[in-house]
Amino acid sequence: MVSGNSASSSSLSMKSDEDIVNNNNNLRVLVVDDSPMIRKLHDMYLKKFGLKVQVAENGKQAVDLFHFGASFDLILMDKEMPIMDGEEATKELRTMGVTSMIVGVTSLDSPNEKQAFMEAGLDYFFTKPLTTDNISFILQELNKKNNKN
Amino acid sequence: MDLVQLQRQLVDYRTSLYHEGFLDEQFTQLQELQDENNPDFVVEVVSLFFQDSERLLNELSKALEQQIIDFKRMDAHVHQLKGSSSSIGAQRVQKLCIVFRNYCEARNVEGCLKCLQQVKHEYALVKTKLESMFQLEQQISNAGGSIPV
Repeated sequence: MVSGNSASSSSLSMKSDEDIVNNNNNLRVLVVDDSPMIRKLHDMYLKKFGLKVQVAENGKQAVDLFHFGASFDLILMDKEMPIMDGEEATKELRTMGVTSMIVGVTSLDSPNEKQAFMEAGLDYFFTKPLTTDNISFILQELNKKNNKN
Repeated sequence: MDLVQLQRQLVDYRTSLYHEGFLDEQFTQLQELQDENNPDFVVEVVSLFFQDSERLLNELSKALEQQIIDFKRMDAHVHQLKGSSSSIGAQRVQKLCIVFRNYCEARNVEGCLKCLQQVKHEYALVKTKLESMFQLEQQISNAGGSIPV
């Protein structure tokens, strides 16, 4: 699917904050990033939207969570991480049959690197740092996806 | 200094940080995430940024002291620093990281050395500025006042 680099959403802003939080109460998100700072930041952004957040420090931890039976509606995946990077983790998760929405979040500059990351199996790609508009867009798409299934 | 003067001083100081390019819109987003349930969120995230940056700057210094310089590894460190500085809105540090990455790609040792000094300088400046701002906020809180937005 196409990357949504600067997507913004206005339809969620029509709802009250309480409605947005209530709508998202059952959505589980996995934040995968080796930076404690980024994990804290994204954790806070997502909690503001009423999401349940779990964190992983690298791609291997993320893959292991799924191996042990965890499931998430949304994965925010960093690219550059030790042990197993985001691209490898994404490929591994898709091979395992994971159909969660996977959004790449990284500060990659090279279009070739972005392309390779998308081709690993991402649904969307955003450059760091995530903004509230980015998250609104992601949640809108996630709700559409869940409504279809 | 009375409370109103302190509050005015904080607003002016904060405005100057944006005006002089030390901080950008991303810092505003951080402040908007802070609430009564997470009253120290900004200080906590910025502290993590300080820890991260100091580690990365040490790694970069060590890398440039080696006989054989690992430019790829250096680039990875600069990339991380770019990501974390952009995530908290430390604009000047972020912009220097872009230049630094170009020197890493060109395998230009002199350029990298010069850039590292500049990044260290800008980092030290923004750290001092942020610490001063947090001190002002603390003074206002101690005086029983609210932090102006």
